[in-house]
Amino acid sequence: MPDMIDLQHVNKWYGQYHALNDVTNQVKKGEVVVVCGPSGSGKSTMIRTLNRLEPIQGGRIFVNGEDIHAVGRDINVLRAGIGFVFQQFNLFPHLSARENVMLSPLKVAGMTKAEASELAAGLLEKVGLGHRIDSMPAQLSGGQQQRVAIARALAQKSPLILFDEPTSALDPEMVGEVLSVMKQLAAEGMTMVVVTHEMGFAQEVADRIWFMDAGQILEDSLPAEFFSNPQHPRARKFLSDVLEPRGAATLPY
Amino acid sequence: MDFQLSFLLSADVLPLLFKGMATTVRLFACAWVLGMLVALLLVGLRAVPWRWLDWLVAVFVEYHRNVPTVVQIMVWYFGMPEILPRDIKLWINRGDTEFLFAMIALALNASAFFAEDIRSGMRTVPHTQLEAARSIGLSAFGALWHVILPQALRISVPPLINRALILFKDTSLAMAIGVVEMTYQTKAIENLTFRSMEVFVAATLFYLVASLVLMALGAWFNQRFPPAHKG
Repeated sequence: MPDMIDLQHVNKWYGQYHALNDVTNQVKKGEVVVVCGPSGSGKSTMIRTLNRLEPIQGGRIFVNGEDIHAVGRDINVLRAGIGFVFQQFNLFPHLSARENVMLSPLKVAGMTKAEASELAAGLLEKVGLGHRIDSMPAQLSGGQQQRVAIARALAQKSPLILFDEPTSALDPEMVGEVLSVMKQLAAEGMTMVVVTHEMGFAQEVADRIWFMDAGQILEDSLPAEFFSNPQHPRARKFLSDVLEPRGAATLPY
Repeated sequence: MDFQLSFLLSADVLPLLFKGMATTVRLFACAWVLGMLVALLLVGLRAVPWRWLDWLVAVFVEYHRNVPTVVQIMVWYFGMPEILPRDIKLWINRGDTEFLFAMIALALNASAFFAEDIRSGMRTVPHTQLEAARSIGLSAFGALWHVILPQALRISVPPLINRALILFKDTSLAMAIGVVEMTYQTKAIENLTFRSMEVFVAATLFYLVASLVLMALGAWFNQRFPPAHKG
């Protein structure tokens, strides 16, 4: 299988802070990679460099064979081929669910209004929101908004969708509906990179797990290996913190 | 004191009043449209990351904010023709020069304030909206036009309505260069007939009613396009 994403010696600094430290790895077409790690480990920064929401200072990133950070590339064309789902959904609040999904097909891909509307209706149906198609974002629950955001990414007809903590801003009872849409996409062969703390999702859906800390990918393994036998001590500590939170019901004093 | 409503309704006076009103409305409408276009241009220019451009726009805004509007009108009417090439001057002089220059001066004046109102509206739109817009492949301009501006304009509507009201009343300053708008006309009729109270009551009512109509339009717009709330 050819690579969908190819990170080569990617380095990024915020001032003195080394946010990404020589990150090198690949994601194959159709793969689902879950990225986990403690906060501040660079996972969100890493995923945001993949569609150039963040610049990098060293290395190269290829997505579908295109050098994403090359000077002079039309970044709008490249981004149109990469879906991105944000933690805070970031729907356009002045547009209905349908109009949110239609915007890219209409203004970037150049579809007609009728085509874009039909596409949007189909995709909203697919994420289980056929009945809320003309609702405004403010009228939708967090889970519903995130599903609209996924439909908006799907409308770009890209073979790759990046998820930056897609369920972290959701109330617990809404996490399931978003994850089940993501599972469906994975089953259909979508290439996905998912930054998440949902270890159940990782275990069930991921082809590989990347564990990041201090701007590096410390561990790249199959889910079965990662959960049963993490190699790196920091991965072991992270897993025990996430899976069996210590002192969850007690106060520290 | 005798107040004669019939004087205002007479065949000599009524057409003159209507002509004045029509010119005022036309002046306002043209200046508003041109001013809004220039304002959008200014907002766009400020989004370009060139320092000198930002500085130039700031100078433009400060000039229009700090110099009396009537002076700005005179600069355009008396000053500009001096520096224009002769052919262009002759071409302009064939038309309604007073109206044209008053319109330009009022439009540019309003545009400086419109631009500031829109810009403060834009500051209320979170940065993540721009990121989301760019992530679906929109260009910087596309993101501004389809995502940021529609949200910013909804928030800017109340101050923009205020500004439109001021522009409407400022059209009366055009009388200083001889545009025969409502205030000029009122004064002219008064000079000829000395029916002071009648004509000024007519002018007052006209400005009042027109302003109320503008405010009603603003209220309607606010209802039709309410500011979007984050969910």
